[in-house]
Formats: sequence, C-alpha cells, structure tokens
Amino acid sequence: MAVIDHDAELARAGANVRGWMGGIFFFVRRYPLGAIGAVLMAIFLATAVFADQISAFDPFTTNARISLAPPGGEHVLGADFMGRDVFARIVYGARISLAVGVGATAMGCIIGVMIGLMSGFFGGWFDLIVQRLMDIMQSLPLLVMALVMAASLGPSLTNTIIAIAIPLVPNVARIIRSNTLSLREMPFVEAARAIGMSETRIAIVHVLPNTLAPLIVLATAQLGSAILVESALAFLGLGVPEPHPSWGRMLSESAAEYVRTAPWLVIFPGVAISAVVFGTNLFGDAIRDILDPRQRL
Amino acid sequence: MVETATPALATPKRETPAREMPIEAPALGAPVLEVRGLSKHFPVRKGILRRTVGHVYAVDGVSFTIGAGETLGLVGESGCGKTTVGRTVMRLIEPTAGTIHLDGHDVTRLGKGEFRPYRRQLQIIFQDPFSSLNPRKRAGDIVGEPLKIHEALSRGERRERVAALFERVGLRRAQMDNFPHQFSGGQRQRIGVARALALNPKLIIGDEPVSALDVSIQAQVINLLMDLQRDMRLSYLFISHNLAVVEHISHRIAVMYLGRIVEYTDKITLFTRPLHPYTEALLAAVPVPDPAIKRIKRVVQGDVPSPLKPPPGCRFHTRCPYAEARCKVEVPALREVEQGHHVACHLR
Repeated sequence: MAVIDHDAELARAGANVRGWMGGIFFFVRRYPLGAIGAVLMAIFLATAVFADQISAFDPFTTNARISLAPPGGEHVLGADFMGRDVFARIVYGARISLAVGVGATAMGCIIGVMIGLMSGFFGGWFDLIVQRLMDIMQSLPLLVMALVMAASLGPSLTNTIIAIAIPLVPNVARIIRSNTLSLREMPFVEAARAIGMSETRIAIVHVLPNTLAPLIVLATAQLGSAILVESALAFLGLGVPEPHPSWGRMLSESAAEYVRTAPWLVIFPGVAISAVVFGTNLFGDAIRDILDPRQRL
Repeated sequence: MVETATPALATPKRETPAREMPIEAPALGAPVLEVRGLSKHFPVRKGILRRTVGHVYAVDGVSFTIGAGETLGLVGESGCGKTTVGRTVMRLIEPTAGTIHLDGHDVTRLGKGEFRPYRRQLQIIFQDPFSSLNPRKRAGDIVGEPLKIHEALSRGERRERVAALFERVGLRRAQMDNFPHQFSGGQRQRIGVARALALNPKLIIGDEPVSALDVSIQAQVINLLMDLQRDMRLSYLFISHNLAVVEHISHRIAVMYLGRIVEYTDKITLFTRPLHPYTEALLAAVPVPDPAIKRIKRVVQGDVPSPLKPPPGCRFHTRCPYAEARCKVEVPALREVEQGHHVACHLR
C-alpha cells in the first residue's frame, strides 16, 4: 500500500525553500551530483583567479637541477624536464583553460544567438541561405574545423578561442532558430504586434528571453567541450603556444617521451582536464533539470 | 421553427447575476468600425519553387459596421473565417481586398508607421489566456507594455496607470509583480483585458475571449466586458462559436459560413426569426439543458466543404435542406429583407 507523505513530497519539490542558504541546501539535497559539479567548477574558478596566491613557484622559471623531479618534497607534483614546477603550471594553466572555455563559449553563443534569432524570426531567403551555411559548417567535424582554423590563423590564445568558437556557432544557431520558429507563432508575439511593437523589439524582448533556458544548458555543456578541444589542439601542437602552461600542451609534450619514466607529467594535467570537464557536465545536467519548464516557483 | 431553441441559450446566465442588457443598439453618428467587402485569400504554395497552386478562401467579401458602444457578435463554426476577420481588422494580416474604416478614416492601406496612431483605438483579446501572455514577464509589465510604446510616462506614472487598470479588471495591485503562471485562467484573461484597455481603445476585438475558460469564469469575464462597455462606451467585435455567450453580450449578430456572412441582424430577431437555413440549423443544434424538452431535430448533413474549393453559388447549398437548382449556380447577395435584417439566401 502506497502512502503519500505530503510534507515530504512538498519538501522534495522545494516548496519550503527560504533564502539563498536554503536554496543552496536544497540544491545539494536534490542534485548531489550537480553539487559535486558546482564544487569542482568553484575550485577551478578559484584556482584561476587566485593562481598567484596558490602557487609558491613561478610557472615559467626553469631550473635544470630539478629536471624531472618526482612528486613530493618541495615540488608537490614534481617538475617537468625543463625543471618547471608542475603544480604551478597546472594552477596557472587553469587561467588558460578558463579563458578558452568561457571565451570560446561566450563568443560562439553570442554569434550563434544573433544568427539563430534573425534566421528564425525573419525567415525567408535570409533563413534559407544561413541554414545552408550552417549545414556546411556542421558537416565538418568540430576538431577538424578547429584544426583548420588554428592552422590558418596561427597559434595564439585569441586565435585558439576563435578557432573553438566558430564550430560552436551552428549548434547554437540551430537551437535558437528552432525555438524561435515555435515562439514567433505564439499569441503573445501577436499580442505584442497588436500593441504596435516593432519586429526587432519583439524579437529581443519577447522571443529571446524564452530561448535562453536551452541555451544555458548548451553553454555549460560546451564549456567543458571547449576546454577539451583546446587540450586536443594543444596536443596536436596547434593550441596556446609555449611557454604558456596549457594543460593539453603539458600532456602532449610529455606523453610520448616521459610516460614511462616520469608518469606524473602525464597524470596530473590529465586529472585536471578530466575534473573540470566532469564538473561542468555534472553542473550542466543539474541546470538542465532546474530550467525545465514549470520547475521554477 | 426554432421555438425550442431560445430557452436553451440561457445556460451561462445561471451563474451570472442578472444584468440589465443594453438592448437598444446605440448606433449614432459615424460607426467606429466599417468593413466593406473584406477578403483574405491565403495562397497555398507547393514544391521547391513555392508556386501558388491555389487559395484558401478564408474570408470572402465580408461587410459590417460597429457603432460606438455597440457589440457585434460574429458566430460560425470553426474554420469559417471569423478569426481571420478579427486579425485582418487588427492588420495583423493584410487583407486581399476590401476596405476597413476606423472612425471614418480608411486604414486599409496605411503603412506600419501610419497605422500606429490607430492601433491605440483598436485592441484585441486573445482566446488562449495561457499562451497570450509571455511567461517570462511580470503581469504588471505585460499590461504596461502598450503604455511603454505609445506614451512617454515615467516609471512611477506608468506603474500607477497599470495599478489602476489592475483594479479596473478586478485584480489586486499587489499581483502586479507576479508571473503569469501564478494566476488562474480567469485571472490571466483579466490581465489580457487590462492590456487591451491600457490605451483607452474605442474598439476591442474579442477573439473567442472566453472559450478557453470554465463556464462560471466565462460569466465573470463577460460581465466584466459588459461593465467596461457601459462605463467606457467601448465597442466590441465579439468572435465566438458559442451562441449562448454571443446572445448574452451582443447587440447585433453576424453569422458566418465558409468565409461569408449569411445572416446579419439584431440579436432578438436572429434568435426568434432566423431566416437563413444555416442559422436555423445552428440554433437548432444548441443543446437544451432540460431532458423534458423534446426538440425537432434539424440536423445539417455532411461536413463543411473545404475553403480551398468552396462550392459555387451559395456556399451552403451542399448541406442545405431547401437547396434549389439556382443555389448551385448563383451567389446569393446579402439583401436587407426587412428593416436591419440582412440575409444571403435566394429563398427568403
């Protein structure tokens, strides 16, 4: 026999959440995995912001005496073949990853939203041409696309961000366009027209805010994948150039030569990449659940 | 002929406290809205080249007038074009042919910018109270939006105006900061009414404004609309498929069938002496909430023909029990058969 405990059901649905402390507590109870993701992302952010305070060593200083020093002792995670502290490089590498992840995602989303919104809302020939362009862009694998971009633009932080952002555009544009297509037929859009609102203003004021929920979900997922693509590009020698400490480059430099003799050079950057991507994905999943329609009070 | 139909039409009034009905249509001076020969044909496009392969004859030569403080009910089955009439008058869609005069001014061919000042006089209430309000905007902002566009008010002034509108339609001022999903269906429709009222329009088009509501709530919203009409001398174009509701609120009624008006007269005449066979059938189809009353069934056979290929001659001839040979060939004109009673039928 099933007994429904109403208070428990209400508590589960978040009916008695009060204040931001209560909100956080509720989030942790309801989405434990999402909370883990949030913690990982918070650590990542804090590392990037307070890199100077966290690391005792400079990530660029070479010291031949400690070349390939194993973990433990003064250099917690050891040192690479040039004698640079691995912990320091990972801590400063968080900045690069953050810049690439946030930069590429933001850039891809902003351009994608503009294209998707115009394409979906105004339709016609513009829509037709833009969509075929997006088809072409999407038919190229993301990594190949980024490779071509990185190779043609040359290796630098800005170019890496651009190279990763461009393949993102069609994904975002697609989602925004399909949402816009259904939204522009909504009676509230017609109501806005009836009171004499201009089309551009309708698109921005009434359509855009209603497309943001799926966009946030996509953006959190893309944050992780942007970091991953940067690592892959760096691994292939096309990412952020030396001497900047990119996690992917740290991996690629040491993978072939030192994986047997100095495995910590491979393990620790790998762990850092995995943890951040894992964190963003868990957090993104929780956000998707929360932003589901009618979940908000 | 339809002696039994009339009592049936009183259904929603049960929940409604009796209200003196403004029977005598106060059509004085120039009409607020005058529609002449309005047509809207939607092209049907097929293939890659998007060639026009035909037209949906949604509205085909519709004419009517609405005076100040008057309500014209527009009834008909779903798909007969009544909603298209409303949208065309609102200029939400462009008419194929015909003219629309608003307060004596021809607004049919005005550009977007030129039409803007007329928008203030012409507002619309939508059928679905759920999808007609943006779920991400606060109720107060939704109602204040027309003011934002048409009037230069400070934030505080606008808030005051919105608060007054909220109270006018029976909502509390404190509810201004709530989101649409925190309101019930009836309350949401009140928000829709408040939005339509914001600019002090002369004419409000109600596109089935109560069809999506519970019967008891329907009565409240209709009473609200009638109160507003009395206080503000509003005119309504009230579009509905519900005869009982239309009878309650309208002064005059136009019956539409497949894009054309078939009968157009004042309310009492329509319900007591309908002349068009379609109106007869429509009235006979109204359910009677009393099992003791036996009715003569006058069921119309068949379905509504496709507006893609409307039948020639009288559009109703395929289903009309009295149809003659000439009904299949000759289009009946809408004639005034007696004072203020217009019928489009060869036989009357």
